[in-house]
Amino acid sequence: MIETSVTIVILLMLGAVTIGIVRVRGLFAAVVLLGIYSFLMATLFIVLDAVDVAMTEAAVGAGVSTVFFLGALYLTDTVEAPPVHGQFMPLVVALVTAGALVWGLSDLPEFGSPNQPIHQQGADYLARSMTDTGIPNVVTSVLASYRGFDTLGETTVVFTAGIGVLVLLRRRRNGKEGS
Amino acid sequence: MTAHFSQSATILLMVAGLYIVIARGNMVKKLIGLSMFQSSVYLLYILPGKLIGGTAPILGAGYSVYANPLPHVLILTAIVVGVATLALGLTLVVRIKEAFGTIEEDEIAGDMRSDGSKPGRGRKSA
Repeated sequence: MIETSVTIVILLMLGAVTIGIVRVRGLFAAVVLLGIYSFLMATLFIVLDAVDVAMTEAAVGAGVSTVFFLGALYLTDTVEAPPVHGQFMPLVVALVTAGALVWGLSDLPEFGSPNQPIHQQGADYLARSMTDTGIPNVVTSVLASYRGFDTLGETTVVFTAGIGVLVLLRRRRNGKEGS
Repeated sequence: MTAHFSQSATILLMVAGLYIVIARGNMVKKLIGLSMFQSSVYLLYILPGKLIGGTAPILGAGYSVYANPLPHVLILTAIVVGVATLALGLTLVVRIKEAFGTIEEDEIAGDMRSDGSKPGRGRKSA
């Protein structure tokens, strides 16, 4: 049961970082805490046997996102203004959502047990991967072979977002030259 | 509650992100909250794939219990798409800062209410 204990400890650390992010006013500190949050999440993914996801989360979630955030902070403000509205309604909305979701959990099977529907239904990629594709890493074979079109769609989304970023930033440069 | 501690804790992390998105007026802070929300959803997907005593889904001699690889694949896609949309959102924040001179939602709304021709507009259309 070592996996369960490590999961609980990392989740508690994530909770502490989350409280820090909610309370801190400086955006620079919040971005650094978000980087810590992502690295803790990557560690948790390793404990949960999702090694490919952990690598992506550490490289893309903690690395690239933090760089993007720091770039945006360089071009905008680094301190958040104090709130003008009451914080009561958002808190109520968040707590009601949490209550509904936790209530919905109550008839799910226990964490880590083989009774969960995900382990009993659907295509058995683990048994088919070696004979179909010859790739021992099943995540790779599903990503690139069985669900290759998903990955193509993902590439399209990233391409579109890249074009959007370039167009928005280029308009800015032209505007500066004109004025 | 104790049997579902991991899932419940993940949901609390998720609603903390939701709270930041609703309660904070600063747009960069909103995007930070949105990132936290996203990461918690990734975790909620990965959790049921885990089997106690299992190992990572890389086939090898001597192992018979593996985690389910399907949620891992879906979340790999989601992480990359999430960063792409985050980059687009941050670019929009930078544009808003240049057009309005602020990234606080209330100040922008007040600017737009007080007069139609705010100082930033001339710069934007030039």
